Amino acid sequence: MTALDLPGAAPQDAEQERRTPVWRLLVLGVAVLALLGGSLGYVLHARGRGGAHRAVAADASFALDRPGLYYRDAATGRVARESGPAGGPSCDRFHAGGERSLCLRALPGTPARTEAVVYDRAFTRLQSITVPGVPNRARVSASGNLLSWTAFAVGDSYAASGFSTRTSVLDLRSGYLIKSIEDIPLTVDGARHHAADVNYWGVSFAADDNRFYATVSTGGRTHLVEGDLAAWSARTLRENVECPSLSPDGTRIAFKKKVSDDPAAPWRLYVLDLDGLREHPLAETRSVDDQAAWLDGATLGYALPGGDGRSTDIWTVPADGTGAPVLRVPGASSPVAVQAPGAAPAGNAAAGSGHTAGHG
Amino acid sequence: MMYLATTGRRTDAPARPAGTGGRVPGTVLALGAVSLVTDVSSEMVTAVLPLYLVLGLGLSPLQFGFLDGLFNGATALVRLLGGRLADRGGGRHRSVAGAGYLLSALSRLGLLLAGGAAGGIAAALAADRLGKGVRTAPRDALISLSTPPADLGRAFGVHRAMDTTGALLGPLAAFAVLRATADAYDAVFVVSFATGLLGVLVLALFVRDGAAAALPKTPKPRAAPRPERPTVRHLLRDPALRRITGAAALLGAATVGDSFLYLLLQRLLDLPTEVFPLLPLGAAACYLLLAVPAGRLADRTGRRTPFLVGHLALLAGYLLLLVPTGPATLVAVLVLLGVFYASTDGVLMALAGAALPASGRAGGLAVVQTGQALARLVGAAAFGAAWTWWGSGPALAAAALALTAALVAARRILPEGRPA
Repeated sequence: MTALDLPGAAPQDAEQERRTPVWRLLVLGVAVLALLGGSLGYVLHARGRGGAHRAVAADASFALDRPGLYYRDAATGRVARESGPAGGPSCDRFHAGGERSLCLRALPGTPARTEAVVYDRAFTRLQSITVPGVPNRARVSASGNLLSWTAFAVGDSYAASGFSTRTSVLDLRSGYLIKSIEDIPLTVDGARHHAADVNYWGVSFAADDNRFYATVSTGGRTHLVEGDLAAWSARTLRENVECPSLSPDGTRIAFKKKVSDDPAAPWRLYVLDLDGLREHPLAETRSVDDQAAWLDGATLGYALPGGDGRSTDIWTVPADGTGAPVLRVPGASSPVAVQAPGAAPAGNAAAGSGHTAGHG
Repeated sequence: MMYLATTGRRTDAPARPAGTGGRVPGTVLALGAVSLVTDVSSEMVTAVLPLYLVLGLGLSPLQFGFLDGLFNGATALVRLLGGRLADRGGGRHRSVAGAGYLLSALSRLGLLLAGGAAGGIAAALAADRLGKGVRTAPRDALISLSTPPADLGRAFGVHRAMDTTGALLGPLAAFAVLRATADAYDAVFVVSFATGLLGVLVLALFVRDGAAAALPKTPKPRAAPRPERPTVRHLLRDPALRRITGAAALLGAATVGDSFLYLLLQRLLDLPTEVFPLLPLGAAACYLLLAVPAGRLADRTGRRTPFLVGHLALLAGYLLLLVPTGPATLVAVLVLLGVFYASTDGVLMALAGAALPASGRAGGLAVVQTGQALARLVGAAAFGAAWTWWGSGPALAAAALALTAALVAARRILPEGRPA
């Protein structure tokens, strides 16, 4: 600040400066020490608390070697197998398909960055890509050939307060990475659409490893979009569909539908029959903010805010609208049904017993 | 000349050649320190809020957008209230500004106590914005009342440079805390709270309302007493304020919004997405370096010219984006954006501050700021719509035309700010 003091200072200012009583400086000094000490103490306390977790790699003994339900364990932040140890890598979002799995991890620091790591079943790290933003959604196609993730970035939408999502697609067959699919030519209600505010999130791949479903938001509305990677085009199918999840047989899409303007509980899980585009709500009446996962051909798994101070719990609910939600795994998120190695990618290989338990 | 005619109050300013003034007044430096510390505090939270809400609490982008957009527009209107309160009873700038700083500091505790409750977080964010809105006009009025009119440009330049320094340091501080605690967001809020309190304390200890009174002043004219609490309507009876607000709003409505410029830069130059978050930092660094020189220049040439030239720089930025060539365009646009802010933001306050009577200073500055902020919201929204309808190129061309027209008009409307 003294660098700003210039020659020829007005005498009255200098006098005022000199008149700054010593007690003010003393008070400031004491306050700085107290605030600094308090801050430092709290930081050290938070550091010692060990509540947050540092990124760790998978244990050597842990692999996606058995079919079943895998998820992110909230207590450790690591990937776990149901009723097994949380021996997988640290991930914020996790998904798997075929021989591959995808782990999204928030890198420390600001601005926020997301590391997307591709693993094989033994959690050998095959590839890693860093994109800006916060981890949001992760999906692997049933074959394991296509991967997609959504990171959520702030401050690059036109409204200063806006958010934007950036969805990437990685084709492991060619190694080709589309860092953002926002440039895909988009047709909204039959007309070609140009806008700065186009955001995609929540991709779900079809069995042909070419078509995909996703959410596109533009002009304050969300649409279900069907995209074609080879033809590089996308068209909207229906409004008010978020985070689509295509069923293993490719006939239905589970999604979250905005049913209320109440920001505390805006969504409800629905299933849409692609043949005829009829939708029905599921038995879960709480607001679900997740991309649901098909645990088998008839059961959906999803995360909800946890009970008893847990951050999230995994629940399941029948896809046909009957039954009732069942708490499947307390303290977990990112559910994915992993098939046996070498199994046919599609179909109804049972990974979920929770749904039958729910009826029983 | 205009402002002298309308205020008749500043003719007894120290007879020093303009822009060569002495020491920057202690109150301005103290307010600069307050803003620096407060910006560290608030940018710490801004930097981690998306991470905290989306990753920590699992909010979806739309919910985040809702929380973040909440009360954003209202901030502009709260400024009017802050200005009015500060002018009431003959100058309570320090206490009103202090209340605003305190409210924002306390809002960090609110974030901490809210835990994960969306309602609590919304309330804390609202309190922060209320505080920010309330304090801005009284603070700028204090700066202008503590500085000889001939040195206003430099004083605001110094303040804005310090303010921007804090804004650049905040994310680094947040980064350091997250790093040290393995992502304990509550620790960021606690440190931000302590930093915010320090800002309030510096204000309480080293900023004096009396600084304004220390300036030589002519007695209040008894013939035309101003209302105790000048309302916006009363304030706008002042032709100088009307002209300045009109010009600022006109130019504001022709600006497209920074985020759009960054988005255009990224798309036109096909920048890697990793670079994106660095674009605002580049412009801010430029602003930081140029704020003081631009302010000094404004003191020498009169504030009207730099204010208009700053918008010309913005126009040049638009034109460059119409014919993007490569990395040179990137650097040039960021520098031009820095020039734009350096020669318009503080300079506008210097221009308006010199033209307003001391008794209605905070309220008048609030009117100018609010008019400009609301016009910019409209401008950004219009540009977004134009982009959707016409595509980015034609929208930008239209914005350039609009800014040209606004500049021609503002040149006619804006009163000459050259001190006698």
